[in-house]
Amino acid sequence: MAGVKPAVADSTVPKIKFREPQIEMAHGAGGIASRRLVEGLFAPLLYRSAQPQLNDAASLSIGGVRLAMTTDSFVVKPLSFPGGSIGELAINGTVNDLAVSGAKAEAIVVSFVLEAGLPTPILEAEVRAMANAAEQAGVSVVGGDTKVVEHGKADGMYISTTGVGSYLPGVGIDARSVRPGDKVLLSGPIGDHGITILLARGELDFEADLRSDTRSVFPLVQAMAAEAAPGIRWMRDPTRGGVATSLNELARDCGLGIHIFEEEIPVRDTVRGACELLGLDPLHIANEGQFLAVVSPEYADAALNALQQAIGGEGAVMLGEVHEQPAGSVLVTTRYGGSRIIDMLVGDPLPRIC
Amino acid sequence: MKFVDEFRDPDVIAKTAEEIRRLADPGRHYRLMEVCGGHTHAIYRFGLKDILPANIDLIHGPGCPVCVLPMGRIDDGLALAQDPNVIFAAFGDMMRVPGEHGSPLEHKARGKDVRIVYSPSDALKLAKANPDKHVMFFAIGFETTAPSSALTILRAKAEGIHNFSVFCNHVTIIPAIRAILDSPDMRLDAFIGPGHVSTVIGCRPYEWIAANERKPIVVSGFEPLDMLQSIVMLLRQLKAGEAKVENQYKRVVPWEGNRAALKAMAEVFELRPYFEWRGLGFISQSALRIRNSYAEWDSEQRFSVPGVRVTDPKAAQCGEVLKGVLKPAQCKLFGKECTPEHPVGALMVSSEGSCAAYYSYEHRKATAATLAWPA
Amino acid sequence: MCLAIPGKVLELFPGMPYLATVEVAGVRRKVDLGLLENDMPKSGDWVLIHVGFAMSKISEQDALEQMQTLIMLGENEQAMQEVRGYGLEDGEEPPNYF
Repeated sequence: MAGVKPAVADSTVPKIKFREPQIEMAHGAGGIASRRLVEGLFAPLLYRSAQPQLNDAASLSIGGVRLAMTTDSFVVKPLSFPGGSIGELAINGTVNDLAVSGAKAEAIVVSFVLEAGLPTPILEAEVRAMANAAEQAGVSVVGGDTKVVEHGKADGMYISTTGVGSYLPGVGIDARSVRPGDKVLLSGPIGDHGITILLARGELDFEADLRSDTRSVFPLVQAMAAEAAPGIRWMRDPTRGGVATSLNELARDCGLGIHIFEEEIPVRDTVRGACELLGLDPLHIANEGQFLAVVSPEYADAALNALQQAIGGEGAVMLGEVHEQPAGSVLVTTRYGGSRIIDMLVGDPLPRIC
Repeated sequence: MKFVDEFRDPDVIAKTAEEIRRLADPGRHYRLMEVCGGHTHAIYRFGLKDILPANIDLIHGPGCPVCVLPMGRIDDGLALAQDPNVIFAAFGDMMRVPGEHGSPLEHKARGKDVRIVYSPSDALKLAKANPDKHVMFFAIGFETTAPSSALTILRAKAEGIHNFSVFCNHVTIIPAIRAILDSPDMRLDAFIGPGHVSTVIGCRPYEWIAANERKPIVVSGFEPLDMLQSIVMLLRQLKAGEAKVENQYKRVVPWEGNRAALKAMAEVFELRPYFEWRGLGFISQSALRIRNSYAEWDSEQRFSVPGVRVTDPKAAQCGEVLKGVLKPAQCKLFGKECTPEHPVGALMVSSEGSCAAYYSYEHRKATAATLAWPA
Repeated sequence: MCLAIPGKVLELFPGMPYLATVEVAGVRRKVDLGLLENDMPKSGDWVLIHVGFAMSKISEQDALEQMQTLIMLGENEQAMQEVRGYGLEDGEEPPNYF
């Protein structure tokens, strides 16, 4: 029939490269295994474009209007922890994915998967938290859906949020535009969220005055863009897998070497203490209120300044710079000349005693 | 952090590295073995190899309790975890170690009750909190960790807690060092001694290394300045043709060891006649088991353990890497079939195993790059 | 076997003589002092913690001495270089010109 597009022939569908027989926990942890699943199974089947940009948000052009769109699921144990709860993570997480794509979140829809038996006050607390977070972030929640599953599934509740945003003028994010000499900026101290969650689970029996850093990073992105938009090459929010995973993704995507200056890494004392005690690396720990940016040398100082002057950006640092080598990898260097490669995380960070 | 930051001072590190370069005889090639996996980890974490002269080779020793644990022991432990009334508790280090039917984490993903603990005392607490279950603590470690397991068993007895047992895989360091020195291909000049094991056993147990084998050994701390200072002390001994035991980690290691710790160990443990070490084979009198008087808290006496033996694939050259004969990258499987994500052999399984450490921290570094610090 | 961190003893518990709250950079945990029963730490002492047990008391004096030795390493060598500049063998004193 005229006007009907023929179905795409099978031979044009890319081959699936994902060979593992079943899904393991590691596939959801945001590191190497996750990437294999996305690149090896989802991307070949779902993405029709030749080289999908695996960014935090998809860039759409609808009727000539450019929009960013992203989605995320939130699976957290415990549901509530110092500094926040699953509801806030759900709103801020999507707002931030849009922010680091250079977009202002305009509207969010929410999907709840609730466990039968979940006490209503808990749900109410989360919905209040989401309403607060949305108001603080200046985004509207415009719709949603609810499903209930049997007792024993869903760990209380799972939340998914999908957000749509409008692009900030003059900001174009593309890992392929990163060049040697570019600077890597980080908005503030790392490790707060992941360590808070680890301690909140109670299994390790540690106590510390620590809170999750969950917040919208859009105001900081906006402040930085106001001074340095033409110089911003790439941004990402280092959630699961930490700064190391995000920078490794960048290194792979741009084919260059990312150098981090060890003594510049901002870490709160308590986070550091917990990491030393448990044998963890702050660079692998999740954050929910920070972002990384790669900025051209001409704009790097202005960008850093803008961040440091903005409320909540006082802890921003020049974390490192881009080099040719080691291509595709991230290198942590010290002032005394030592260095080590830091890889993406395999699965969740595990405490060690050796 | 007090007692940590001082020993990471970049300026003092740079100066100490210079002293090492001055001391090292350019006409000589030094092979120093660090015994302890924690030292291996420190070397890579702090990038110490970058600041040592090229004629000093650091050979990674067998002091990685996860690496030397035969796969069969994990299978035995996990066999007990199949019982729905058993809680399998272990340190995080064990969680990704593959048994024949998967790692503890994979068992957890399939619904078995597997928990990570920071301390054996947390495992005991779990037992108190779950009186209708049995908590099996899968214990690993050298003499640093064994006293804690011993004391926990003593506490369990004192408090009358019977739904708790220890699956004991503790091993001792001296037989491992002996096995290295007895190996015919071994060519080592000196040892960087295990600092934390020595807080328990003291420095005397190493005297035979100096006296009989004529190799210097310096008991070392784990911060960069500790290790660099230990290397300075070793080079000085080698230069003077000496061979003695020295204690660099004085702030923490007593020469005579920790009497209370040794007492607790002697009370609860006895030496197994022999034990299999992955990569090194059977070594006599090298591992601990729980005495009959504490059989109540010994998983192997309370449950029937299959006694699984799993051999590593022949192609895995762990033994040779362990003895310092081969470098990790020289093993045929390194980086291909055997990576930290899917480890084949012992040394890739733990993050402080020589192969895993080398893979994660080192082997992609471009030698050509000069790493300039920003002005 | 080797991850052990220095921590400060905050408070001991009268009912449980072997237990203490120990702090590392603001992170607190109950630590078993049983292995130090021959020389029990007091509040304010520093101990080395491994898997929730105190392994050893940390000697501030030894730590200080170690740092001083290390710092002097570089300075000693500078002094030696000056002496060698006089054309003397190691250990000889420079002649007194004054």
